[in-house]
Amino acid sequence: MQIYRGHVLICAGTGCVASGSKKVQAEMANQLEAFNLENDIKIVETGCHGFCEMGPIVIVYPEGIFYCQVKMEDVKEIVEEHLLKGRPVKRLLFRDQMTEEMVPHYRDIDFYKKQNRIVLGNCGFINPENIKEYIARDGYEALAKALTQMTPEQVIDEVKASGLRGRGGGGFPTGLKWQFARDAKGDKKYVICNADEGDPGAFMDRSVLEGDPHALIEGMAIAAYAIGSDEGYIYVRAEYPLAIKRLQIAIAQAHELGLLGKDIFGSGFNFKLNIKEGAGAFVCGEETALIASIEGRRGEPRVRPPFPANKGLWGKPSNVNNVETFANVPRIIAKGSQWYAGMGTEKSKGTKVFALTGKVKNTGLAEVTMGLTLREIIFEIGGGIIDDKKFKAVQIGGPSGGCIPEQLLDLPIDYDSLISAGAMMGSGGLVVMDEDTCMVELARFFLNFTQMESCGKCTPCREGTKIMLDILERITKGEGKEGDIELLESLAKTIKSTSLCGLGQTAPNPVLATLRYFRDEYEAHIKEKRCPAGVCTALASYSILEDKCIGCTACARVCPVNAISGEVKKPHKIDPAKCIKCGACAQACKFNAIVKK
Amino acid sequence: MAIKTAEDLKKIKEVALDEATARINDGTQIMVGMGTCGIAAGARDVMTAIMEEVGKRNLKIAITWTGCIGMCEKEVLVDVLRPGEKRITYGNVTPQIVPRIITEHVINGNIVEEYVVGKLD
Repeated sequence: MQIYRGHVLICAGTGCVASGSKKVQAEMANQLEAFNLENDIKIVETGCHGFCEMGPIVIVYPEGIFYCQVKMEDVKEIVEEHLLKGRPVKRLLFRDQMTEEMVPHYRDIDFYKKQNRIVLGNCGFINPENIKEYIARDGYEALAKALTQMTPEQVIDEVKASGLRGRGGGGFPTGLKWQFARDAKGDKKYVICNADEGDPGAFMDRSVLEGDPHALIEGMAIAAYAIGSDEGYIYVRAEYPLAIKRLQIAIAQAHELGLLGKDIFGSGFNFKLNIKEGAGAFVCGEETALIASIEGRRGEPRVRPPFPANKGLWGKPSNVNNVETFANVPRIIAKGSQWYAGMGTEKSKGTKVFALTGKVKNTGLAEVTMGLTLREIIFEIGGGIIDDKKFKAVQIGGPSGGCIPEQLLDLPIDYDSLISAGAMMGSGGLVVMDEDTCMVELARFFLNFTQMESCGKCTPCREGTKIMLDILERITKGEGKEGDIELLESLAKTIKSTSLCGLGQTAPNPVLATLRYFRDEYEAHIKEKRCPAGVCTALASYSILEDKCIGCTACARVCPVNAISGEVKKPHKIDPAKCIKCGACAQACKFNAIVKK
Repeated sequence: MAIKTAEDLKKIKEVALDEATARINDGTQIMVGMGTCGIAAGARDVMTAIMEEVGKRNLKIAITWTGCIGMCEKEVLVDVLRPGEKRITYGNVTPQIVPRIITEHVINGNIVEEYVVGKLD
C-alpha cells in the first residue's frame, strides 16, 4: 500500500472554488511533481470548512497547519518551504483579528474553538467524492447497526429519545414525524429530503451536500428502514450544481459497495435513492409544494391535512426532512440518544448550523450547541462587526424570521426562545446588521422577496403581501401616512392567520419584528420624513458644514445637477430643491464638510 | 467488492484508515529534520526508508518533518514522540538503522540508546 507522509487538504466548496481554489490545486500538483514529492504528499479535495471569508483554504496534515487566502503564486513557497523543508509559511497563516498573532493550527482559531462540529465534522476533513474517506470516519456503521441489530421501532424510539427536532425551521420532533409515517397504512412509502435551501444568506445544507453527502444518504436510508420505505428522493435546487454532482457520485459509489440497492447488509432491506432537481422556487421548500414539484406538477402547496405522512408523494405515505436533520441521524444511531440528548437546552437538543453573513467579520458556517447566545456566535465566532461599527440587529430565519435587537443578544438560542422573541430558527441564516442599516428598508427587502416568491394560489399571500410591500415602499420614499403602521399590523395579522402555507404565514414576520423593536424608525419615516440610519435616499438631505468647508470647489465640480454654489475659498451651499441626493459631493470632499442626514 | 455484513464494512474501513493515516493516527509521531543540512546529510533517503517501513508494518502513526534545529553536525536527526513519553532525538540516522528505531522504539517502546542525542520532556 502506498502511504503518504502528508496530506494537503484543499477546499473545493463553492466559496473557495469561487475565490480560486481550483487553480491552487492544479498548481499544487505541478509543484509537488517539480520537487519530486508526488509520492510523499497527497492532495485531498475536501468540502467546505465553513470559514469562507478566508478562502481558498489549504490545510496540511499531519500537523494541521491552516493556511488561508492562498493564491496560485503562494503554492511554490508552501511546497518548497513547508512540504519539503518543514518550515510552515508564516505569512499565510491565519492571524487573530484581536491580537494580530499568528494561529497555525486549525483547532486553535477562535472561529472554530467555540463550535461543536457534529454535522459539519467531516466537512473540510474528508474527500466527499471518495466513499472510503467517509467509511474511515465510521461511515455507514450506524446503518449497519440499525439494519442488523435494531428493529424499525427501536430506531424510531432512539430518534425520539435523542430529542432531535426538524432543522428546516419548524422544529417538529423528528422521531414523532417518523412514527406517523410508519403508522400510516400503505404498501409503498417514500422518504424525501428537502434540500431546497431558499433563504437568502443560508448555505448550510449546501455545504453538507458538498462536503459530506454520504451522511445524508446514510441518514435517509436509516429513516427509510424505520418507516418501512424502499425509495427516496432528494429534492435539490438546480442552482447547486456542485452539490448535485457530489450527490450523484456518492449515490453511485454507495450502490457499488452495496450500501444502496437490494438486500443491504444482508438484511432484506432495499433502498433506492433518486435526485430531483428543482427550479429554485422558494415555495418549493414547503413540503406539499415540494411533493407536487417532484410529481412534475406546478410547485404549489395544498391544504393540510392530510399530511404527507398519510398522503404524500404519488398519494403514498411520505416522510419529509431537511438535509441537516438527516445528517444528524447516523451520529445519533451510532453514539446513542443519551449522548445526543446530553447536548443543548431542555427542549432543543444537539447542535445547529448557522450561516453567518452580513456585516460580520468572519462570514461562514458555524455549528454550535443549542443554548449558546447570539452574542457568542456573532462576537466570538463571528469576530464582531466589520470596521468595529455598532451592532444594530440580526435577522434570524431569513425572510420568514425576524430581527433580534441588541438587548436580546444574550438570549440562549433554541427553537422556543426565538419564537418568544418574535423570530424563528428558520433554516439558520444569520444576517448581521450594523448601525447603518435602516430597519424599514430591511423589512421592505424581505417582503419584496416573499412577495415575488409567493406562488399566487391563495389570496391573503398573493394580494396581502403586495399591499404591505406597497405601503413599505411608500414609507421609504417619504410618502408614509398616519395610520400606515396600524394598517401594516392589521394586514400582517390577517395574512398570518389565513394564508395556506408557511410562506404566507411567516411572510409578515420581518415587518412585525422590526415594528416590535424599531417602531420609532417607522415613526421617524412617517412623521418626520427622516431616515435615522440615513439609508433611504428619498429622505436623505445633504448639507455643508460652514466651519469645515474651505471653499475648494471639489464638491461643486462633481455635482451632476449643479446644485452646489459658492465662491472660491468661501463656504459653499447645497440647494435642496435641485439636489438629487446622489452623494457624489460627500465622496469628493476631503474635509468631511458634507453631512448626510 | 460489495458489502454484505458489518464485517465487510470493517475490512474496507481498515484499508481506508491506512490511507488516511496522515490525518487520523494514534498520536505517535516520527519527525525528520528536513532543513538544508538534513537533506544534504541524506534526510530524503531516511524519510523514504521510514515511509516504507511504516507502510510495510501498517502503523497508524504520523510522519512529520521539520526544519534545521541547529545541530547540523548530527544530521540526519530523527525525533520519536510517543504520547505521554519523552521526546527522543536520534542523530546520524541512516536508512539502515531506521528498521531498528521503528521496531524497538516506535512499536515496543524501547529507546535505541546508542543513537540518542537528546531527550526532552
